[in-house]
Amino acid sequence: MMTTRRKFLIGTATTAGVLIVGYGFWPSHRRERADAMDAKPGERFLASWIKLADDGTITAVIPHCDMGTGIFTVLAQMAADELDADWNKVRAETAPADPLFANGALAEGFLLDSRNMTGDSIPTFLQGAATSTFRKLAEIVKVQVTGGSSAVRMTGVYGMRVAGAAVREMLIQAAGARMNASPDAFHTEMSRVIHTSSGKSFTYGELAAEAVSYSPSSHPKLKSKNDFKLIGKPVHRLDIPSKVNGSAKYGIDTQVPNLCFAALRISPVFSGKLVSVDESPIVQNRGVKKVVKLDDAVVVVADRFWRARDAVNALQPVFDNSANGSVSSKTIRDRQNDALSNGPIKADTKTGNGAEALKNVTVIERVYNVPYLAHAPMEPVNATAIYKTDGTLEVWSGTQDGLGARHFCAKAARLKMDQVTFHLTPSGGGFGRRLPEFWNFLTYTVKTAMAMPGTPVKLVFTREQEMQHDYYRPNVTSRFRATLAQNGLPSAWVNDYTSDGTVNDDAHIFYGIPNQAYGMAKVEAHVPTGPWRSVEASWHGFFIESFVDELAHEARRDPVDFRRGLLQEKARHLATLNLAAEKSGWGTPLPAGHGRGVAITECFGTIVAHVAEVEINDAGAVKVHRFTTAVDCGYPVNPDGFRAQMQSAVVFGLSAVLFGEITIDKGAVVEENFPDYNMVHLAECPSFIGIHFHESDAPLGGAGEPGVPPVAPAVVNAIFAATGTRIRELPIKNHSLSKA
Amino acid sequence: VAIHLKVNGVAHDVDVEPDAPLLWVIRDELNLTGTKFGCGIGACGACTVHLNGKAVRSCSVPVEAAANAEITTIEGLGGSALNPVQQAWIDHQVPQCGYCQSGMIMAVSAFLATNPAPTDEQLAAAITNICRCGTYARIREAVQSLAQPGKSPLRADSRGRGILACAPGDAPIECAQTGVSVPEGGAR
Repeated sequence: MMTTRRKFLIGTATTAGVLIVGYGFWPSHRRERADAMDAKPGERFLASWIKLADDGTITAVIPHCDMGTGIFTVLAQMAADELDADWNKVRAETAPADPLFANGALAEGFLLDSRNMTGDSIPTFLQGAATSTFRKLAEIVKVQVTGGSSAVRMTGVYGMRVAGAAVREMLIQAAGARMNASPDAFHTEMSRVIHTSSGKSFTYGELAAEAVSYSPSSHPKLKSKNDFKLIGKPVHRLDIPSKVNGSAKYGIDTQVPNLCFAALRISPVFSGKLVSVDESPIVQNRGVKKVVKLDDAVVVVADRFWRARDAVNALQPVFDNSANGSVSSKTIRDRQNDALSNGPIKADTKTGNGAEALKNVTVIERVYNVPYLAHAPMEPVNATAIYKTDGTLEVWSGTQDGLGARHFCAKAARLKMDQVTFHLTPSGGGFGRRLPEFWNFLTYTVKTAMAMPGTPVKLVFTREQEMQHDYYRPNVTSRFRATLAQNGLPSAWVNDYTSDGTVNDDAHIFYGIPNQAYGMAKVEAHVPTGPWRSVEASWHGFFIESFVDELAHEARRDPVDFRRGLLQEKARHLATLNLAAEKSGWGTPLPAGHGRGVAITECFGTIVAHVAEVEINDAGAVKVHRFTTAVDCGYPVNPDGFRAQMQSAVVFGLSAVLFGEITIDKGAVVEENFPDYNMVHLAECPSFIGIHFHESDAPLGGAGEPGVPPVAPAVVNAIFAATGTRIRELPIKNHSLSKA
Repeated sequence: VAIHLKVNGVAHDVDVEPDAPLLWVIRDELNLTGTKFGCGIGACGACTVHLNGKAVRSCSVPVEAAANAEITTIEGLGGSALNPVQQAWIDHQVPQCGYCQSGMIMAVSAFLATNPAPTDEQLAAAITNICRCGTYARIREAVQSLAQPGKSPLRADSRGRGILACAPGDAPIECAQTGVSVPEGGAR
């Protein structure tokens, strides 16, 4: 998804000149509309994303979803720092799913990022026009997405900080008018504007109503790093109190009067069609209201969820699976091997002599594979909708894009955008499952609601439906060929991998190898796929860092030292690697049966190196004892929050590398629920996860995803160190291991 | 036939099938939505509540088995204040998406009532709830702080918000006892 959306933004930006339509950063008519839509009594918008109330409460209005990564707090923190706000007066809210709140900062971030630019590179005289252009772009593509580890580094950098600084300037202007003094005569501190020479001060609350009459600047003066008071501090998360007492309301908790509940059974074989279903076994069931037959699913609506679920499970729907009913994981794998062996392979980037460099030398060849993976967020996907008798539709759901979801629901219902209201709720985990284009739960809910005009319906996927009707991380096979030069370092690196048709930028290595070539073999399958936390990097990270480790072994070099030799031109990567090695005690003796493995990857602007320490016991079981992590993300805006994301990435990655596997048989997913799609529990969580930052001057990098890709190779490399056994196909549970 | 339930000290008569899952009765009949649906088969623990003080996975308990028992949900755990486990969850910034944490807190609070100072191994053997965000390291840390009052490295103010007492850019130090790295100065 992100690739497509991003390419669209970039493509559109080439016509940016004609989109400069001449309205300012936050013209008054937009501000008035925002107030009408989202301001409570005594509260008003001063700039995009920031409301200020008479009592001094500052609300950051966040154009993202809260799926657990803490971005509501961090984005509020960034705005509050520029505002010199009293943190105790700061709140965060979800922005309405309306074009008025489309995320122009995200558009700007993606665009600049794609050109390796930063906001500073836009000339000052163009910044106002540029800002409105980005906002217009975001409206056109209806973007409020949360993905690509983009919230802090894009919305925060290009949106929240700028808005906070602009509001601060407006408050100073208001104070200046009161005292008939120049703005230079004031400074700000703890939500007060202070007249520096006299010490007279005004609270932000008392200036709020007057500050509205000034226009927010599109290029206010931003703080330098040394002046930060909140950025860089481990501020507590604003949402956590509501998440320890049961009061946080997720999509599944939506309550509206006269609500009915829906459960469904989708064709087990993807894209199978519903042929018939005999309703007679359940028509007498207590509470059953309606059976809705859809193209590839049957839905039962009842007055309570368990009644709907039990009723739909009692049905024997007949599906036409003729198209894909014989596909299995094995047949897909056979096709991948065939494509890699016999082509066609689409050539991607090449450096130096590319594959030519492999002629007449000893070639080291290895093949790796990862299976399909489900996202398995703890809150199964769900939505609530009512198709009202006046022809409008109201929807509640946790998705990774509120505005995009509203547009999607309108299309599914064949209504106009302004006939649809969408309420974005917090999500019990996302990991990519709730990104745009992966919204089967919205489609089924909207169609069910349309079949029952006037009745609000909450449709909840059972865990079994969630697991069997996800958009999976793809099953990918990757083949490497390399050769070592006299100095023991690789002189050629050739990589061909399978894909559904897109070329993967994350296949490209950052190591200094003179001759490189990449190729993509297109292998299509009927299994729906989608972005899974860290997307392409999640599989290419495993492939690349496994193969680098194998080359180090072939060269009889220490794996850390070998990588150092390839990172001489990459100061940040080298420093991050060295930090992980040092903090992990790399090279110090370990007990028998233990091994250490290292891996380093970069994605979403952040470099992460993990050192895993594992033990293989006498029964051949793997225990991951320790993870030492080094990170270069520029600097962490909220160090404790960033650590939480790294801890999370380690556990998420471990579940995948140890257990994760979605198996296809007879065209359908075999795994049904958590016992067979197993997860890391407390017992399997490493007893030590130590996280260390290498601070640099690089632009801020993402936090949610970059910790995932190096987990699998670090563990597999550690198993090799402990046992001499090289695992090239995940997950580890499918391999029998023994002590070296 | 009405089934008599006592939830968080409040009596209810519910007209449901005797085999209706307690989880859905709590959520959809009593409108207490803090208790979560995760798997429906007792595998993940998101739906954990207390039945006469014992942790049970309510998705797999038929409502008739809970009749006349004392049922406590996350909404009733702390009464009008916070239970120490809930406070420790704030102090240690445990939740991420938070969806599993109602069940996690109910499971941990029932376990600590039987074993107030567990080892990590005892904790891991007793608490088999799934957290997809991977908050386990902080769960361990929070439980250890409860076993050793006064050792908590993080402090929240009365509203459950706060800032670690440390300067930006401090090098992280390893807190050997908990296995979680905290900023220097944070342990004050």
